[in-house]
Amino acid sequence: MSEEQFQGTTMERSLLNDFQRDLPPVPRPFELIARQLGVSEAEVLDFLRKLKASGTVSRVGPVFAPNRLGASTLAAISVPPDELARVASLVSRYPEVNHNYEREHRYNLWFVITAPGRQRILEVIEEIELRSELSVLELPMLKDYFIDLGFRIDFRQTS
Amino acid sequence: MTVSTHTRAESRSTLKDRVIHTIEGGLPLVERPYAAIAEQLGTDEGMVISIVRELLDSGVIKRIGVVVRHHELGYRANAMVVWNVDDDMIDELGESFGHMPFVTLCYQRPRRLPDWPYNLFTMIHGGDRDRVLAMVRILNTDIAPTPLPHEILFSGRRFKQRGARYRGDTSSDNKVVNLLMQTSMDDIR
Repeated sequence: MSEEQFQGTTMERSLLNDFQRDLPPVPRPFELIARQLGVSEAEVLDFLRKLKASGTVSRVGPVFAPNRLGASTLAAISVPPDELARVASLVSRYPEVNHNYEREHRYNLWFVITAPGRQRILEVIEEIELRSELSVLELPMLKDYFIDLGFRIDFRQTS
Repeated sequence: MTVSTHTRAESRSTLKDRVIHTIEGGLPLVERPYAAIAEQLGTDEGMVISIVRELLDSGVIKRIGVVVRHHELGYRANAMVVWNVDDDMIDELGESFGHMPFVTLCYQRPRRLPDWPYNLFTMIHGGDRDRVLAMVRILNTDIAPTPLPHEILFSGRRFKQRGARYRGDTSSDNKVVNLLMQTSMDDIR
């Protein structure tokens, strides 16, 4: 699955597209989805488990507003190319790091740090700087302009 | 406030923390997910649901639903596009960019001069590079009043991707996620 783009049936596409938000906290949320799609609750659960196992769905659950529960920040390092794998793995090892990407730029390693408070974020950055012997560019969010309505999947674009 | 209501308030706040910690990684995929969480936390389903409802109403939870991974869905090109926008224009422009359907994140961040002049960050996902570049042109020529200094940072290797863990982490969980991620290419979201 990971190397093939997802196609799926109409029901499956609808499940992915139409239930990214507004899944109400009720005792049986999947039964609610099932009724709207005209399938059984067991089929919905089975399909979601499969998509989670294949990585197409990262989770079914809440998306938290940034910086409401704790602190988070975006950080970048300009890493010499032959050291990228080593520094990336050093960074990924922190449980506070939840995203860590290579990007095509002089700043070629980009990662997100989340922690209960700002203090811990600064500690993680300091440790990473010490261990990598590279300096970290730290870019905390100042304002969020994005209205998160989920992501409308255009299945034509992906095929 | 009497002692007993104080204690109740405190225990609800502790329970709230534990609920957050439990649902951060996603709901269990079972018929009654909130009952399963309640059992794990030694409380009842109604209490868990009321806490989640409160988090939604207060805006701490933005949405509850299926969280997809763009890459696995066939959106193979992902770029962080960074813009240098005049401070007095940034709110207006940020909101315009943030409303475009192909923009999946839109944040203001500080400049770090002289190394980093960019203060508006957008994330764009597309089927391939050309589509992403076409969307950047739309932002730069159709939405922005005048073309803006910007850079397009396409993503390369994905070393790690998972939901945020604001309330701490368990190392075993993290290892599993790391393994999964290294074999495939998240979000930031």
